[in-house]
Amino acid sequence: MGALLWYVFLGSLWRRRLATSLSLLAIALGVALGLAVQLIHTAALDEFGRGLRLISGEADLQVVGSQSGFDDALYPLLAQRPEVAEASPILEMEARLPDRATTLRILGIDLFRAARLTPSLLPLGEGRSGEATPDQAAPTARGDVRLEALQPDALFLSPAAATQLALASGATLRVQVGTREVALRLAGAVPAAGVGQVLAVMDIAAAQQTFERIGRLSRIDLRLAPGVDAGRARRALSALLPPGVSLRTPADAQSEVQNLSRAYRVNLTMLAAIALMTGGFLVFSAQWLAVVRRRQEFALLRALGLDRAGLRRGLLAEGALLGLVGGLIGVALAHGLTALAFRLIGGDLGAGYFRGLAPQLQWEPGLMFGYLALGLGAGLAGAWLPAREAARLIPARGLRAGDEAEAYQAPPRWGLTLGLLGLAALSCLLPPLDGLPLGGYLAVALILVGAVLALPGLTPWAMRPLAGGRAILTRLARARLAAAPGQAVVAGAGVVASVALAVSMAIMVSSFRDSLDDWLTQMLPADLYLRAAAAGTSGYLEPEWVERVARLPGVTAVRPVRFENLRIGAGGEAIALIARHVTDRAGLPLVAGSTMPAPGPGTEPPAWISEAVADRLGLGVADPLPLPLGQAVQTFRVAGIWRDYARQQGAVVIELETFQRLTGDRRVNDLGLFLTAGTDPAGVMSAIRDLLGATMSEMILPGELRTMILGVFDRTFLVTYLMEAVAVMIGLFGISTSFAALATSRRKELGILRHLGLMRRQIGTLLATEAALTAAVGVVIGLVAGAAIAWILIEVINRQSFHWSMDMQWPLGVLLVFSLAMILLAALAARLSGRQAMRQDAVLAVREDW
Amino acid sequence: MGMVLCWCLTLLTAVQASDFAPVVQGRPLVFRADTGAHPDYRTEWWYITGWLTDEDGAERGFQVTFFRVATGIGADNPSRFAPRQLILAHAAIADPATGHLLHAERAERGLEPLAGAAQDRTQAWIKDWGLILDDDRYRARIETEAFAFDLSLIAAGPPLLNGRAGFSQKTPDPNHASYYYSRPQLAVTGRMRLNTEEHQVTGRAWLDHEWSSQLLSEEAQGWDWIGINLHDGGSLMAFQMRHPDGSVLWSAGTLVAGGADPRYLTPAQVRFQPQRRWRSPRTGKLYPVTWELEIDGQAWQLLPLMDDQELDGRQSTGVLYWEGGVRLMAADREIGRGYLEMTGY
Repeated sequence: MGALLWYVFLGSLWRRRLATSLSLLAIALGVALGLAVQLIHTAALDEFGRGLRLISGEADLQVVGSQSGFDDALYPLLAQRPEVAEASPILEMEARLPDRATTLRILGIDLFRAARLTPSLLPLGEGRSGEATPDQAAPTARGDVRLEALQPDALFLSPAAATQLALASGATLRVQVGTREVALRLAGAVPAAGVGQVLAVMDIAAAQQTFERIGRLSRIDLRLAPGVDAGRARRALSALLPPGVSLRTPADAQSEVQNLSRAYRVNLTMLAAIALMTGGFLVFSAQWLAVVRRRQEFALLRALGLDRAGLRRGLLAEGALLGLVGGLIGVALAHGLTALAFRLIGGDLGAGYFRGLAPQLQWEPGLMFGYLALGLGAGLAGAWLPAREAARLIPARGLRAGDEAEAYQAPPRWGLTLGLLGLAALSCLLPPLDGLPLGGYLAVALILVGAVLALPGLTPWAMRPLAGGRAILTRLARARLAAAPGQAVVAGAGVVASVALAVSMAIMVSSFRDSLDDWLTQMLPADLYLRAAAAGTSGYLEPEWVERVARLPGVTAVRPVRFENLRIGAGGEAIALIARHVTDRAGLPLVAGSTMPAPGPGTEPPAWISEAVADRLGLGVADPLPLPLGQAVQTFRVAGIWRDYARQQGAVVIELETFQRLTGDRRVNDLGLFLTAGTDPAGVMSAIRDLLGATMSEMILPGELRTMILGVFDRTFLVTYLMEAVAVMIGLFGISTSFAALATSRRKELGILRHLGLMRRQIGTLLATEAALTAAVGVVIGLVAGAAIAWILIEVINRQSFHWSMDMQWPLGVLLVFSLAMILLAALAARLSGRQAMRQDAVLAVREDW
Repeated sequence: MGMVLCWCLTLLTAVQASDFAPVVQGRPLVFRADTGAHPDYRTEWWYITGWLTDEDGAERGFQVTFFRVATGIGADNPSRFAPRQLILAHAAIADPATGHLLHAERAERGLEPLAGAAQDRTQAWIKDWGLILDDDRYRARIETEAFAFDLSLIAAGPPLLNGRAGFSQKTPDPNHASYYYSRPQLAVTGRMRLNTEEHQVTGRAWLDHEWSSQLLSEEAQGWDWIGINLHDGGSLMAFQMRHPDGSVLWSAGTLVAGGADPRYLTPAQVRFQPQRRWRSPRTGKLYPVTWELEIDGQAWQLLPLMDDQELDGRQSTGVLYWEGGVRLMAADREIGRGYLEMTGY
């Protein structure tokens, strides 16, 4: 049936170009978005994994502690253990570069040790081959670098870092230590670091001295002696570790970050899946209409000898071709998008999971064919029901005219609809599976399908109140829709899906944005913020500087904040620690508990945990929380749970005094300044600059910070807004093509109406009314479904993925305008597309088939 | 003499010799203290070579060296990792059954208790590799995957001072000098492992201990050195420094004929004449593996344990030299055994 397939089936796609290109567009967008998300994350994760392998090398185990590290006396202790074959100490710094906007990751290594565990981190100096005979060049360069690399100011850049900083060997790089500047000399490169790793290497002793971290280590890499049982060794070595220091395998580190970014990744993938599903809906409605219009053609083909299976295959081939071509366009588009994303926003899609990486676009045949298959699947799935319907056709009846109405019969499917919605409600109760809200995603899909299935049942029901109307056109339209709800299903499926998607996104994003705005207002109560450097970097403020700032004229109070990273529990999971004032001035967005803890039993100091910590550790208010601080474990009492949109891994707030008492460490990272009424912050800012030096600290007004953060938020959700727009467009185009096709297939009916005395204009109004009513039913169902999906997004998916709550906001005005616009546009589209059908002579239209 | 490694490491540093203690004539060597490390001097090594015979009578050469290098870096750094001193170690076995050297090396910054060199007596170690002196007994331990040994070495007599009472001049300029003593005729017992086969071994060995702050003279292309235990109970140490054209820049030695007092040999009394040359299949270098010696008017001959005792460390330490067991012959009679080191070929 080769030629037949081409002319009758695939050729028909060409004849209805608009519908075909819309279906193609939807499928291509779904495939492109999904594949691009996967490509970007695969590349970023690969690069991240490469980075981990690079810095952990052949280590079997790593000793890790809090951000400020641990006592380096642990290193000789572990290195001498019989279980340990090799041990390599590392001090890792995120150095702030005062004359640049960025930080640089600096690894202090013992190159004699790193040579055996992490050889790709070894520095290479500028070879002095000019002074040596050719065959001695390599050895002398090496011999040179051994001592060169030990020099206290020698820094070696990875190729990516050299490119990013645009510095060559011999240049000087200034780094910030506390509020001082230190000049380091670029003595060479770390050539084996690979193209995607932005880092620098220096001698560990030099790093300890330069960054004032004498006696501290961030990590010890261990390789176990051959023949040693890994589990037993791990237990034996763990027993030697002080509190807050734990052992992990390099794979643990990788999964820590992978897990963190996974929920975000899955979220985006699900968005892409919804786009793909919309594409499937579009294929469905386009195919269904095509089948209805071509009933006589198919009946003729059947009478001429084409069997049922052949007809079905032909129609499925149409869907498959749509899916395949859409998929191919999508794959091409995805690679373009990925390359663009790497150039514009880097490998983390703006979410900040992978800093210091420069991933490259990779060729992933597996992923590519997978997404191509998904596109094909969407095309086939959309074509499935229409093909089945066409194959059921009895040729003799199909040849008779006026039979199309049968195809618009759609029995209500209340049982199935309610069953699906019930299942959706149950799925919401499921706990996250492996950290992923699979139940929530399932519920979203079930609600979408259920909403579409509710159309045939709801349409006649919705038409009932209109029965008493007098206007002849309204009654005609009502009668048509009530009698042929299938028409509403075909035209409305796209509307329901796109409205549901757009509405849910609008509610979710607006809830998130409002909650974030509130949160920022509560978190930033001061008039001015001074930051020595971002958390975890080499800059900080000494107590005497804090006092000097506090004594500046116009400053009534200062609120210092200290950031730390701790590892807690048996698994050594990383959480953020924020030490600040809590009880005297609020500024903590609590969802449970209070900032003024009631004096309870015992004398444990209070701690306020973020929702993520509460979820991860299963903690509630008044529960004890042991934290490794200083040299010991201190038990805190949970006084409250707060909302944190900044630290997905979880954060604990404690009083600054408690932190300083337990650790003896009085340095701080941030300073919130309260000014006397009427003081110009600009004057205070310049006074601080005079005090600390212009490049040593960043200052920001809370208003600016808020604008900046909300700007980042809006950028992050730009993808979502774009998808909303696309969904609305697809819905509208779907209505317009559906009605164009409907009008064509109803030429006879419309011809009779003309004979009965209706004017062309009135026919147009009839079509517009039908479209408006269909769209209205679709929009209402879409609104309800969208609200339900928004609730699931907020209460189930976000909660389980990111462990943060938000207050639901209903952007009623936006939704109202949007709904009315959809209905009006649908009427307009139907009116325009019906014009062609009405242009034909009424007499001709009626006699066509008699 | 075994200073190859240090030569390579120190040649290119920007640090001035004046940052370290100078080597001056007339400083008396005091034992046991001077068997320990001298961290004020730039380089120092304890270098043991010898011949071992196993229970089946198979003969092999062995070498173990501990180096200490002062870097001049980190004097003001309170970090425990401050790289003021580096400790390097090197070990090799010359087994005619293998046909080439087995060797291994380690390098660490001085960081007790993982690696260091004690000052009160010979004690240098990097993790489980070590060389330690108790009374007159040294113990040398090396563990690698391919080979291992744990040897006890007992000195027959007091340290033998080379040069002028331990002041050993390396060129006509007396500024190029080192403090240098030897322990010849060390009686060795212990165990040796080659891959998985264990052997009980006995033999004779030689220890050199030398420290200096001077770099190798720029005039010198390389040197040839021997340390031979004579069968009559005496010993012979001799070396020559060569110009790039092969002519002799300086030579000297110490000869102890059986039972006699040590004699310092002046440049005129030490002559090395290369004889048969062997070309390394790995590097293409040409080494004279047999020599005619003229020591204080006596004509002797050096024959190698095997030709291929080249040490190719270009990938690790960055040095390439020949260092292996040799027999000392008078006419056709073997009168001693020891080690020959040749660099700069």
